[in-house]
Amino acid sequence: MNRQMLNRAMLSLGTLLLAVLAAPARAELVIDITKGVTDPIPIAIVPFARAVPADGGFDVAAVVQRDLESSGRFKAMARTAMLSQPTRAGEVRAADWRSGGNDYVVVGRVSASGTQLQVEFELVNALTGLQLASQRYTAASANLRNAAHQIADLVFEKIIGTRGAFATRIAYVSVDGQPPAQSYQLIVADADGENPRVVLASKMPIMSPAWSADGLWLAYVSFESKISAVYVQQLRSGERRRVSARAGVNSAPSWSPDGKRLALTLSGSSGNLDVYVLDLASQALTRITEDPSIDTEPAWSTDGQSLYFTSDRAGGPQVYKVELANRQRIQRVTFGATYNARPRLAPDGRNLAYVTREGNAYRIGVQDMAGNARVLTRGTLDESPSFAPNGMTLIYAGRQNGQGALETVSVDGQVTQRLRSDRGQVREPAWGPYAAP
Amino acid sequence: MRNNRLGWIVVISVLALAGCGRNARLPADGGATATPPADASSSGADSGAASAGAGSATADASANEAAVQPDNRIIYFDFDSSEIRAEFVDAVATHARRLAGNNSIRVRLEGHTDERGSPEYNIGLGERRAQAVRRALMLQGVAESQLTTVSYGEERAAQAGSSEEAWAKNRRVELVYLN
Repeated sequence: MNRQMLNRAMLSLGTLLLAVLAAPARAELVIDITKGVTDPIPIAIVPFARAVPADGGFDVAAVVQRDLESSGRFKAMARTAMLSQPTRAGEVRAADWRSGGNDYVVVGRVSASGTQLQVEFELVNALTGLQLASQRYTAASANLRNAAHQIADLVFEKIIGTRGAFATRIAYVSVDGQPPAQSYQLIVADADGENPRVVLASKMPIMSPAWSADGLWLAYVSFESKISAVYVQQLRSGERRRVSARAGVNSAPSWSPDGKRLALTLSGSSGNLDVYVLDLASQALTRITEDPSIDTEPAWSTDGQSLYFTSDRAGGPQVYKVELANRQRIQRVTFGATYNARPRLAPDGRNLAYVTREGNAYRIGVQDMAGNARVLTRGTLDESPSFAPNGMTLIYAGRQNGQGALETVSVDGQVTQRLRSDRGQVREPAWGPYAAP
Repeated sequence: MRNNRLGWIVVISVLALAGCGRNARLPADGGATATPPADASSSGADSGAASAGAGSATADASANEAAVQPDNRIIYFDFDSSEIRAEFVDAVATHARRLAGNNSIRVRLEGHTDERGSPEYNIGLGERRAQAVRRALMLQGVAESQLTTVSYGEERAAQAGSSEEAWAKNRRVELVYLN
């Protein structure tokens, strides 16, 4: 082992020690609904039959209920009001549940077979007695929570008409401490804030987490070497690569829908920010915009043929769209406010979200493809909108008691939630895609 | 049991570091390490606390730079502006004389914004401020090779809070002498 290797080994050991000590520092999020629909759908989620002790005491129905209620669109019957607790659709006496004020009933059971658990459920229409959905999931006992989220996704879809986004994850940045001695953590958690895991911890800023379309990778910006650099990191293995650490700004990564390319912002030493596309396999770099203004915050169109981006080429920042095959064709897409920045396209391509200024307040705006724009939020420092994979909800960074906090708003404006953090500030949320089937 | 878990954490972390060393060529002063979070499918309702900490690591920027900069090494800016205000023209000229007189001195120009607006667009505004100081220094004889810029946007506030006073303290370029 030569001296350099030895030094590296020593450095690693020192860092490891820090790692273990620093690990518990994290922000746990708790969801509060701050506004729901005026007429939520009444539903009974009956406790599931248990598989004692293999299920570890996990209450599947409670998680399904919390998911559905947190959507703001359902009102669940209290368990104490249930006259019976059936666990199969065949045992559900629809009339009883209907007279209890319910439109729907969810029943289910957990059973053990070897080291695996089976979770089955049925959704029954209490008005007609008809079974609307049934599904069986196989899970390790540790994965019952994910099975519960998948059940909630399916119940939501059968009743609302759009797949739920409960069995998904979010990435966000938590910031601890007061300036100038702050510390930063990149965290990935379940969409309900549970199971937070630290992906990266640093004394220097971490920014702009972006999910690959398959949900296996994150791209982000880290200033850990005191310059900005863009990294990609595989979540499962922790393997990561620094893909851009050029002179000047390296920022705002966004994965192409096929996962092969990264749109990002570079400035070079001249300091002129423009949008580029980096081919991850070949490292080939293609310049997309060429303008003396700030061009940044690229976001891919769903077909991968165009990029939306922020530019202040006309004075204040506005959102533009450029076709990759014809980079001269640049079209402005936001109007109306003096500040519209940081575009994000809904996964279904139907809506575009961005940060917009109203008076002195920065809020989350959304517009459809015809350009009909609405402001969805009422905060003063709202930023970083990110769509749920079903396109129904946006998560964004706002403020609670002067602290950075995450909030959600439905695209129809009817439902808002707050994700409370038990410590530190949280910001820059990015909602991940559905897991591959 | 607890010891076993710790051992497992360390092993995973070593693997992660090995991966970093090979792929990322991290600079010695950075030392940030990425974490392989425990596979999502392997964590139960009550294992969150233990696994959340597994293998996380810390990037420690060099502490010696945390020393407070004297005020004359900070240039403040108006809202949405990258123009050097008249009151800071002399300070910039003083730096320019020092740098032009000894071209072995190197300075990093760190641009910052207040917290309002989109973080990535603010990276652009912070860079614009750092470039304004860079151009002013170069016009006064400082060599390009003596200057580097970095923009932290709104990410590294000098003062916490959402008051006009805090915002004014945060819209700035800091000149950091590297030698």
